[in-house]
Amino acid sequence: MEKLNGLRCRECGRRYPATPVHVCEFCFGPLEVDYRYDVLKTVVTRESIAAGPPSMWRYRDLLPVEGDAAVGHHVGFTPLVRAQNLAEELGCREVWIKNDSVCHPSWSFKDRVVAVAVTKAKEFGFDTVACASTGNLANSVAAHAAEGRLKSYIFIPADLEQGKVLATLVYSPTLVAVHGTYDEVNRLCSEIADKYRWAFVNVNFRPYYSEGSKSYGFEIVEQLGWRAPGHIVVPCAGGSLITKIWKAIKEFKTLGLVDGPVATKMHAAQAAGCGPIVTMIKNDTDVLVPVKPNTIAKSLAIGNPADGYYAYKTTKESGGFGAHATDDEIVEGMLLLARTEGIFTETAGGVTVAAARKLIEAGVIQRTESVVICITGNGLKTPDALYERLEVHVKIKPSLSAFDRALADLKSHAV
Amino acid sequence: MPVHVRIPTPLRSITKGNAEVQAKGHTVEGLVEDLERQFPGLKERLMDESGELRRFINIYVNEEDIRFLEAKKTALKDGDQVSIVPAIAGGG
Repeated sequence: MEKLNGLRCRECGRRYPATPVHVCEFCFGPLEVDYRYDVLKTVVTRESIAAGPPSMWRYRDLLPVEGDAAVGHHVGFTPLVRAQNLAEELGCREVWIKNDSVCHPSWSFKDRVVAVAVTKAKEFGFDTVACASTGNLANSVAAHAAEGRLKSYIFIPADLEQGKVLATLVYSPTLVAVHGTYDEVNRLCSEIADKYRWAFVNVNFRPYYSEGSKSYGFEIVEQLGWRAPGHIVVPCAGGSLITKIWKAIKEFKTLGLVDGPVATKMHAAQAAGCGPIVTMIKNDTDVLVPVKPNTIAKSLAIGNPADGYYAYKTTKESGGFGAHATDDEIVEGMLLLARTEGIFTETAGGVTVAAARKLIEAGVIQRTESVVICITGNGLKTPDALYERLEVHVKIKPSLSAFDRALADLKSHAV
Repeated sequence: MPVHVRIPTPLRSITKGNAEVQAKGHTVEGLVEDLERQFPGLKERLMDESGELRRFINIYVNEEDIRFLEAKKTALKDGDQVSIVPAIAGGG
């Protein structure tokens, strides 16, 4: 099946063959994969998808790979959880958690983009993959490079959480810690990618890589019973995920796979200490003003997001909005999700829960409408944010009487 | 001693294949004028019709984004390193 027309500039429309390039030579706009929807319409059905594997590869026809997945065969198809306890706490009727904190193999949604990028790297014959990362991408690129027996160069800001450094090093990549912010790491990687012939998943492979995020949106619709929700709250770092979830919903609509209307409002969640996209939304301007990040949500600490402009346009086009979360609100968000639903997310998830709460309280999200909260990473990667907030409650000697005393003590305190 | 300017791949067809060129200017704006004199056609790739930097281009002076400095009015001195970098890259 010839499903691709190659790449196309999102700004000026110039066409390029499907090669490892990411910006338009003329206007520097982003290149996007151009699908032949007329062809896809004849082959992609609910039945064809349902007959696929329980992974993101059930949507393979809508991803820019030529053959089978080369790595990451079990990525995706994570739980969409009906969060009734959280809904009661938020005063809402229908709340869902799309839980990529348990995405295989590296516990974040980044496995989706990396599985596509590394498969493409192998298709194009590269022997080395690389990335600039705030942590989750580092974990995922290193893991999939190991699986694909490729060399990997991973560039991170030197002040990253220890959990994320460890969960990269374990796969034996070449890890380069750069003294600087993520934005400085990213700028350096753009220059390195220009010089070395490596598959930089989020630089020269970005058109393919970013398409992997669509699978998160496809799954939301399929798992809701081929229905589009009223609202989706999405954490924003580089701003790509929110645009690709929206694209996924529109593609399903184009292919006639969605029941009922598509009126989903896309909302952006960012930290107050690094929220340039939400600032654009609040000021209703398409000009991004970069910031120097200062937040505990390090995985979202991108002060100069590449897709900021498109993330803003996605919220605007869909009728959504955005909210900032302070560091305290981020921690409260993490604890709220854990306490109500038994789901332990990283700081980015705390941002999303906190933002959803604010949007509900402000009346932007109506309490009678359905809302999906995007949880994209695992709490065990960022324990640092919580150590000071949690205490070991009871320490006793191994005797029944000691326990009886402790229990009586706890009960008296609880009253 | 002039300013050193790093040129990204999409613009090297204009700079005769050079990845780094030298140019003069007291500000970024002035530098772009000198680049245009040396390499006709370069300016319109960097600036729009009203003289504003295009959305998908970032310029760095000694590794700092000029939007944190004085934007196109950012002052330059001899020996400075200027990088022209496509804006679309990265993410988590």
